[in-house]
Amino acid sequence: MDMNEIKEIFFQECEEQLAELESGLLKLNDGDRDPETVNAVFRAVHSIKGGAGAFGLDDLVSFAHVFETTLDCVRSNRLDPGPEVLKVMLKSADVLADLTNAARDGGSVDEARSRQLIKELEALANGEVPQASAVAEPVAKAAPVVAAPVVNDEGFQPVAFSFDDFETDEPALMEMPTYEIVFKPKSDLYAKGNDATLLLRDLSRLGEMSIHCDMDALPTLDRLSPETAYFSWKVSLKTDKGEDAIRTVFEFAEWDCDLDVSLVSGDAAPAGEELPMQPVPFDLSILDDEPVGPIGVIEEEEQLAAQQEIRNAAVAAAGTASNVLQMAQSAARAPAEKSAGAAASAAAQSAAAQQAAASAATPTIRVDLDRVDRLINLVGELVINQAMLSQSVIENDANGTSSINMGLEELQQLTREIQDSVMAIRAQPVKPVFQRMSRIVREIADMTGKSVRLITEGENTEVDKTVIDKLAEPLTHMIRNAVDHGLETPEKRLAAGKSAEGTVRLTAKHRSGRIVIELADDGAGINREKVRQKAIDNDLIAADANLSDEEIDNLIFHAGFSTADKISDISGRGVGMDVVKRSIQALGGRINISSKPGHGSVFTMSLPLTLAVLDGMVVTVANQTLVVPLTAIVETLQPEAAAIHSFGSNQRLISIRNSFCPLVDVGRILNFRASQADPVEGVALLVESEGGGQRALMVDAIQGQRQVVIKSLEANYTHVPGIAAATILGDGRVALILDVDTIVAASRGQSLKPEMSLAAAG
Amino acid sequence: MKKRVLTVDDSRTIRNMLLVTLNNAGFETIQAEDGVEGLEVLEEANPDVIVTDINMPRLDGFGFIEGVRKNDRYRAVPILVLTTESDAEKKNRARQAGATGWIVKPFDPTKLIDAIERVTA
Repeated sequence: MDMNEIKEIFFQECEEQLAELESGLLKLNDGDRDPETVNAVFRAVHSIKGGAGAFGLDDLVSFAHVFETTLDCVRSNRLDPGPEVLKVMLKSADVLADLTNAARDGGSVDEARSRQLIKELEALANGEVPQASAVAEPVAKAAPVVAAPVVNDEGFQPVAFSFDDFETDEPALMEMPTYEIVFKPKSDLYAKGNDATLLLRDLSRLGEMSIHCDMDALPTLDRLSPETAYFSWKVSLKTDKGEDAIRTVFEFAEWDCDLDVSLVSGDAAPAGEELPMQPVPFDLSILDDEPVGPIGVIEEEEQLAAQQEIRNAAVAAAGTASNVLQMAQSAARAPAEKSAGAAASAAAQSAAAQQAAASAATPTIRVDLDRVDRLINLVGELVINQAMLSQSVIENDANGTSSINMGLEELQQLTREIQDSVMAIRAQPVKPVFQRMSRIVREIADMTGKSVRLITEGENTEVDKTVIDKLAEPLTHMIRNAVDHGLETPEKRLAAGKSAEGTVRLTAKHRSGRIVIELADDGAGINREKVRQKAIDNDLIAADANLSDEEIDNLIFHAGFSTADKISDISGRGVGMDVVKRSIQALGGRINISSKPGHGSVFTMSLPLTLAVLDGMVVTVANQTLVVPLTAIVETLQPEAAAIHSFGSNQRLISIRNSFCPLVDVGRILNFRASQADPVEGVALLVESEGGGQRALMVDAIQGQRQVVIKSLEANYTHVPGIAAATILGDGRVALILDVDTIVAASRGQSLKPEMSLAAAG
Repeated sequence: MKKRVLTVDDSRTIRNMLLVTLNNAGFETIQAEDGVEGLEVLEEANPDVIVTDINMPRLDGFGFIEGVRKNDRYRAVPILVLTTESDAEKKNRARQAGATGWIVKPFDPTKLIDAIERVTA
């Protein structure tokens, strides 16, 4: 693994941390005061900063640092994360995301914005709560924030000395100064894993050194406590590295020792020595020896002392030795029961630990998406192959009772299960997309001066990754629309008796094998009069057209339709709801609006859970085999002659349980045949189109129902109106999958019809 | 024999950097993702030196260090704290918990190896 790969990992991790950050902040925004939430938010920024520092991404580090400092104030309860504070933090999270992206892809960030936010964050950390929301925070307690990036933080200085000029070289002296170092470790020094030997070794590397060990403190052996530090050392060191370098050697140890470093001018030793200096030639090679056993002079002295001590202790303990023996024996007698009990408790402990681990995070692995896709493709082929095999067995084994047939059924089930499991691998929660939306809402709310609250529900609803990836764009646009066009300005809202803050609610849920995403706002709703007028102006409808409310609402999905009086910066980017609708349809989805004047609008999208397979009804139309998505079909029925009513030039209706439903001849619409087929000869599929209206699709016969693997027609051939995709059937034939919504739209006699020609398409 | 280093850090980036740096420097590296896992693998890892982060989910660095020091076998193993924390309070807490020393981030391979060599024989 090289640095570039690690950097790639870093950016992946950043994305996760940013998502974590945002969801944490949003939780706080909702009043969550769980310290773990605050900790998670802090950790997210902290991790980004840590990694960014390693890669020298200074912009990212300095912003993250200020952000982190402010978050630390929240963490230590010095700053209350009220709405105004969180507003700044959410914006900061956005900037942090921008900086991360800029660091990865190049590109630039809005520097003015990030500078502004740095200021705001610093103000927060200094105890200034924005917009004077009266929160009595002791300013003095708040941590001061350093504006400049504090990357080089050598500032750990409990003793009165400074690392500030650590990097600067001491002025080179002609004569090497000699330092006298008195070093007296405390017991804690050893308890924390430091070792006097190693410290002295490091010291010796600074220059020429002589050393003396003071053993005066060593008590008589019976009073000696084996874990107490008794020795101290006096070192005379000739070095040009300066006092700071000496101090640095003791950096880790300075709290657990008495250290005195003094510069001895020239060779003259200071007068008034308490201890007689007995310079011992210091042999570095001894220290560098691997074995940790007796090292160097010092250790030998210690060893001697220790040996003596052990002897004494042995004598002193002789009286108690018999007791110890007895205890040992009794302990030896009962090892069996004991070990059994210990094993049981150990097992219980490890089970508990595992449970704890499981609740904390389900174990996951990361797999390259290509591998999953390859697997999905293979399973698709397997499904087709299995279908082919079934078909040929059925053809060759008419009675269908053989064991081959039974085995085949099992195979079919297994294939189905494998397919479902494989699809589940690629299924992911919609959470990341939803999280992105909260940023979009914030930005547009800022731009339009509206106050908006985004509520998301069902974030953990899972859907195929390919669907998620394609969901972001239409959703972004719809959110923009909802805030820009849907919600009113605070003044208007107040005037209408609503709260100044508008609400946009984004919901995801599973419904009958599809994912349904709802976007609801509590704005003014669709202005139908305006929409209608605009549609008439744009020649979309006749001036005297009689349209239901629902039909008027759905006009906004027409190309080039925008109801805002002036095209604003936000929604008017040349992308209308028609594009949204088309991208949803391209996903095999439907979109639908319902609106209540004064109360807001609800957009409902229904999407397939996967783009790879589809449950379809295989039908015959004019000797062609077609597949109709099962999700579109409400029911199927055999029309009776009495139920068919003709009207107009070429239109027919079918009466179903006392209501009329337009009859659509699929063969005619697709130009499979020139004249209408006799409905009584065929089967009617009652389908629900995205407008909510029902249509009866006429086909010649139903062959059966099966799961088909979707093969893109666009990728392999070209787009054909009325056809969504293709598939390969069990007998190896290619069947086209019907695009029900387009067919229904075409049946309304709308503009689609002229281009609706399979013959024309080839 | 290669020296064994146990690293405890929740950041995948830092874990990878530690792994590469330590392996290149000739150490044998065992990694854990948080304090809880660190304590779980401690016996098996049998480290000569431990490098740990402070801010971690489940069990932070302070708790982890305390846990290691409670284990008779490892109460004197050098523990280095990998930290971006500049304030004395954090380092003080780490020391009280029993940390041997610290490595100040941003992560710098030379600094890391230096620090490890300073606390190991």
